Amino acid sequence: MGHRHQLTDSVIQVNHLSFKYTSQYVLEDITLHVRKGAFLGLVGPNGSGKSTLVKCLLGIQTPQQGDISLFGEPLKKFSGWDRIGYVSQKANSFNSGFPATVFEVVSMGLYGKIGLFRFLTKKHKQKVYEAIEKVEMSAYTNENIGNLSGGQQQRVFIARALVSDPDLLILDEPTVGVDVHSVQQFYTMLKQLNQEHGITLVLITHDIGAMTDYVTDVACLNKHLHFHGDTDTFTESENEMMSTLYGHDVHMLTHNHDHSACEVPTS
Amino acid sequence: MISVFFQYDFLMYAMFTGIMVGFLAPFLGVFLVVRRMSLIADALSHVTLTGIAFSLLLGRHFSLFQGLNPLYLGAGFSVGASLLIERLRNVYTYYKELAIPIILSAGIGLGVVFISLADGFTNDLFSYLFGSVVTITQSDFRLIAAITLFVSGFIILFYKELFFLSFDEEQAIISGMPKRFIQWMFIIIVALVIAASMRVVGILLVSSLMTIPVASAMRLAKGFKQTFIYAVIFGEISVIVGLVASFHLNLAPGGTIVMIAVLILLITLFFTRGRHT
Repeated sequence: MGHRHQLTDSVIQVNHLSFKYTSQYVLEDITLHVRKGAFLGLVGPNGSGKSTLVKCLLGIQTPQQGDISLFGEPLKKFSGWDRIGYVSQKANSFNSGFPATVFEVVSMGLYGKIGLFRFLTKKHKQKVYEAIEKVEMSAYTNENIGNLSGGQQQRVFIARALVSDPDLLILDEPTVGVDVHSVQQFYTMLKQLNQEHGITLVLITHDIGAMTDYVTDVACLNKHLHFHGDTDTFTESENEMMSTLYGHDVHMLTHNHDHSACEVPTS
Repeated sequence: MISVFFQYDFLMYAMFTGIMVGFLAPFLGVFLVVRRMSLIADALSHVTLTGIAFSLLLGRHFSLFQGLNPLYLGAGFSVGASLLIERLRNVYTYYKELAIPIILSAGIGLGVVFISLADGFTNDLFSYLFGSVVTITQSDFRLIAAITLFVSGFIILFYKELFFLSFDEEQAIISGMPKRFIQWMFIIIVALVIAASMRVVGILLVSSLMTIPVASAMRLAKGFKQTFIYAVIFGEISVIVGLVASFHLNLAPGGTIVMIAVLILLITLFFTRGRHT
């Protein structure tokens, strides 16, 4: 049993994972570890395999080589999917004319848990209100989702992922289409979720500049894993890292909070 | 004014059937509209006519079919076509809407052939085209009541799944919503509701009751549940006012019902002008 307790500290463990859709590998020999309570920024250019790696983690794709453990259990045996919240890249490309309130959208996060032929109870509704509160959107509970800004909608989708009380939250490019100012607020909120509510976070992004102020760990991915360590070590070797990752020199400016200045080419 | 509807059996059937359809069509229509499938109702209603024409044709040649309510074959054709549409939508993944004109024109083509084989239009067929609420029989009434119960039950039991899948299919599948089952059941239900509504407003106008009250509701509603409530209220007002008005003014009931629904839409558009939906 003691052995098992040791394992529960590990939220994600990926060993020597390789994956290809057709003949070319998009991920090669990835070994990655996320401990409980970490806030990992997974960065890499577009097409670097970030989203594919997440799909493997969620069991949507099966890697050709290597193995994955979630919460200390091999993926094949893993059944605690309600412990994982996932906000996909496509979350904010929904039909924005859809007549649904913030409350209704967030309650969808409980539907899987509630099961067939059952309805929301008072307790469930309470959970929905709490999740909306956590992302500071209580003032908009009965507002149509289509009337909110991109940043606000993104918060609602986070709330939907939070409502089932996940231990791990995976966010795939959550800040695409969100203005710079809202992005900062958004990251601050994520940091709070991580520190105050103890939720392990994995944030996938190609925008390195903004993220490094908030995350505890960084992993750089471009088919291979180029860096994996804490944020301080990352910032020390950042310039060197970026040129390996993106294939040419990228000058990172200092982290004054003007993040528009340190954008990274995404080709 | 309305009391006359409870003095005669045929008017009572008309009123009760109208009330059921006024509930059912907009109720299901909300899902059709948000899934961007409102045109499917049109395609399926035309195929329903094909089934009815086929049934009337068979009735000419085989006495066995003479006693059969043509609505049964109409509903059967409609369900069959709905399954074909679903197949075609999967074949033309990038041109999903192509399935609709294909089935619509194939249905009309076949229907016209059946009609010509039966030596042209009969009065019967005409009443299906434009609706004929006063000729609703007890057997129609029973069939429509059964469809209403079945469809409402399904939507209430699978409300969560239908809602989630309509809003965000990818996330819904990850959460374990049974997409395939819901998708198939949904399209079959659309076919059934069309067969039920066409007795009241007719084939040519059947999609109007599924879309116009919803279009009005979406201008006013906050949220999904409210959209249902408004849509059903507008649907019922259209049917009841339309029936009573058409009876007293001697107008075509189907057309009058649709005109009331359009009037409600115009009023809501006027009061919500400047807002984008």
